[in-house]
Amino acid sequence: MHAHLKRLEAESIAIMREVAAEFSNPVMLYSIGKDSSVMVHLAMKAFYPSKPPFPFLHVDTTWKFREMIAFRGEMAKKYGFDLLVHINEDGVRQGIGPVSHGSSVHTTVMKTEGLKQALDKWQFDAAFGGARRDEEKSRAKERIFSFRNSSHAWDPRGQRPELWNLFNTRVRQGESIRVFPLSNWTELDIWQYILEEQIPIVPLYFAKERPVVKRAGTWIMVDDERLPLEPGETPEMLKVRFRTLGCYPLTGAIESEADNLEAIVEEMMIARTSERQGRLIDSDESASMEKKKREGYF
Amino acid sequence: MDAALATKTVLSAAPAGDGNLLRFITCGSVDDGKSTLIGRLLYESKTIFEDQLTTLTKDSKKHGTTGEDVDFALLVDGLEAEREQGITIDVAYRFFATPKRSFIVADTPGHEQYTRNMATGASSADLAILLVDARKGVLVQTKRHAFICSLLGVKNVVLAINKIDLAEYDEKVFQRIVADFSAFATNLGFTSILPIPLSARFGDNVTTLSDRTPWYRGKSLIEHLESVEIGRDLASAPFRFPVQWVNRPNLDFRGFSGTIASGRVRAGQDITVAASGRTTRLTRIVTADGDLDEAGAGDAVTFVLAEEVDIARGDVLTEPKSRPEVADGLSAHVIWMSETRLQPGRSYLMRIGTRWVPATVSAISHAIDVNTLEERQADHLALNEIAVCEIQTATPIAFDSYADNRGTGAFILVDRTTNETAAAGMVIRSLRRATNVHREDLALDKAARAGIKYQKPVVLWFTGLSGSGKSTIARLVEKKLHAAGHHTYMLDGDNLRHGLNSDLGFSEAERTENIRRAGEVAKLFVDAGVIVLCSFISPLRTERAFVRSILDEDEFVEIFVDTPLEECEKRDVKGLYKRARAGDIPQFTGISSPYEAPAAPELTLPTLQEDAEELADRVLEHLRDRAIAGGNWASP
Repeated sequence: MHAHLKRLEAESIAIMREVAAEFSNPVMLYSIGKDSSVMVHLAMKAFYPSKPPFPFLHVDTTWKFREMIAFRGEMAKKYGFDLLVHINEDGVRQGIGPVSHGSSVHTTVMKTEGLKQALDKWQFDAAFGGARRDEEKSRAKERIFSFRNSSHAWDPRGQRPELWNLFNTRVRQGESIRVFPLSNWTELDIWQYILEEQIPIVPLYFAKERPVVKRAGTWIMVDDERLPLEPGETPEMLKVRFRTLGCYPLTGAIESEADNLEAIVEEMMIARTSERQGRLIDSDESASMEKKKREGYF
Repeated sequence: MDAALATKTVLSAAPAGDGNLLRFITCGSVDDGKSTLIGRLLYESKTIFEDQLTTLTKDSKKHGTTGEDVDFALLVDGLEAEREQGITIDVAYRFFATPKRSFIVADTPGHEQYTRNMATGASSADLAILLVDARKGVLVQTKRHAFICSLLGVKNVVLAINKIDLAEYDEKVFQRIVADFSAFATNLGFTSILPIPLSARFGDNVTTLSDRTPWYRGKSLIEHLESVEIGRDLASAPFRFPVQWVNRPNLDFRGFSGTIASGRVRAGQDITVAASGRTTRLTRIVTADGDLDEAGAGDAVTFVLAEEVDIARGDVLTEPKSRPEVADGLSAHVIWMSETRLQPGRSYLMRIGTRWVPATVSAISHAIDVNTLEERQADHLALNEIAVCEIQTATPIAFDSYADNRGTGAFILVDRTTNETAAAGMVIRSLRRATNVHREDLALDKAARAGIKYQKPVVLWFTGLSGSGKSTIARLVEKKLHAAGHHTYMLDGDNLRHGLNSDLGFSEAERTENIRRAGEVAKLFVDAGVIVLCSFISPLRTERAFVRSILDEDEFVEIFVDTPLEECEKRDVKGLYKRARAGDIPQFTGISSPYEAPAAPELTLPTLQEDAEELADRVLEHLRDRAIAGGNWASP
């Protein structure tokens, strides 16, 4: 393994062990995407020969690609981890969705609110997320152990200084810590690691002929009948893949021939656009991620 | 550019070979161009994606300070507020890679009030880039940054003399700054200092040597970053392994998981538990990818030992021949990071390695002026101040000096009430306390005296304004404790001022002496095993900190009786406020002399919300929670 991947792996493992040792009720957020696959893999390594001493939580927005949901089940079976699924039932009752309400409302209600409900419901005092500092500017300033008050809010100005590897894990009743073991990984590191360790990922990452329509400059996959077609719009079959996976009408595909890991890594190396570009939720304004995070988004 | 060429060019941007990692920090004053330099490095290493460049160009027009040019600083200044102010306010981490190395950059701000952020960035850095504006030369801030880097153990420095374009690419300017800096830095312990003339904005000497500085024949910045030898200090230091997590999947396997802090270890060798001195054999080095024959600094592994030795999280495993210090006192450099001042005598939680231990800063040996490096006496430390302190821990801990081992010589102090990270510390040496052995030899001690009373002796120190209700509540608490069979005594102005302190008046010095004597008397009662209730206005934090400092860990319970001045004045049970307002009583607390409310008392009693009875019960509850007076009041 590359020396720098080995160092990143060791750092992530140390962070995971730290949480297991210091918190009474941790949880690992599982979003099914490639970063989650790496997180699960690292968690299996960190506690070997024990199993990870915490459950995995998927906050299901009900708009995940069908292949993602199928993959989620396969992984829980393969690794034998304890999978919790939470859906914001209030949102479902109100019929919230990305098509009818727009990306911003959908994300706030089904993802951010859903997450807060789940954290409150199970009283988790630490939650692992797969965010990386290279993803986005406000992430670059977030701590590895990121403190949240009892309303799950992040205060970017009131962050605890984080020195060496001496994490301040102390919280009071109702407060919690979000922990980001992949903070120092880049997107390329993730792919190289997946390749080296042969980590299973959702097939949507591999190029394949899929039914797509062009919306706002990106390819949107028609995964089921919930995506209303505009007049005159017909899905065409195109060889596409996803660099990042979110809710399906909000995640754009790219045209690609890369149908195996080696080809994806090669494509990554010549990539000239950043991965979040495929996510429509960030593009409203540059500072939108910070706003969401202050409200409790991962 | 055709596709093949593009592939070739950018493929080289990935780390090749063993692809090692360099972490560095950039330091500079507000306008020295740190963010611009990092933006430039990201751009030159082709780390900026097309859509980011588009956003950058858009943002440059809106927020930029470079006119029509792309403002690279905007790539790095992340948070909204900072963008509006045009300054960086926190630590941001950035990533880029060249064919030879991967890099993690900590971008930290330069203002004085942000010393803590710089220390944070430097704590994990192998190298520091110190930026100097060629037009301004070495400033006070430059010296401060160099000192902090040195304190945090950064050994390699690049002196980046930036904006050389604005100094007409003049060699004399460059040489003068180099001479100034060298004169200052000789005592800071850097192993390498490389000065480079730079223009981050125009790219001179960033990736390749610039034609505009033909007099500079050294390396470009990137060439240097790619090739600089980083001291393998931790790899060659003695073996240290702080136990992080006990790995026990079933009764047949007991392993100790953690990350090797320094040195190397081989399966089959002997290892020693630092605190107990027990030695046993390391039988297996377990990882999910199979057992290893040997492992070294930075490796996350799980050890299996030959014998069942009592080991828990927080223990340090070490090689038998070269062990760390084990002591309950140490001297350390402390960087204060909290808005709340450091109070000598107050108890904090120390985190060192994987260990949490209560710790008290027993004395500030001297504070250090970060600008002049001069030492001065100090009785407290404020945010961003640096000092050499003596620290006592509740139990002995294993450590090395920070100079010998960055992994086992570093610690943080956490405020026990707010949980904020209050300080960073770097061990200088252990303090073998001149423990009076004879005192230990006495058969009868405090514990023995307290033992026959079935209680833990403490001082319950009630502080608050005159008329706030201190004595009323304290008397209620005493009654309840007594009813439960506890041995108590109450000290207040009434019984002290009429006897022991009858020689004292009410000047500031005499009031301080009054409190000092009260504290000493309370201490004697604690030694006798008694629970002491003290009710004193004690308006000054330093007075209360003094009493705390002469008592042992957890023996001082500061109780703030929180009644607003208006309310005390309204009640005015003894008519004192009226007289003070009339000018009859000089130096009356709250009227003509200050009351400093406790910053972090163990307990606050808001008298406006609850009555004395309820508040007294809250004190008892607190004692019960802390197991001070036992949970079962009726039958101790």
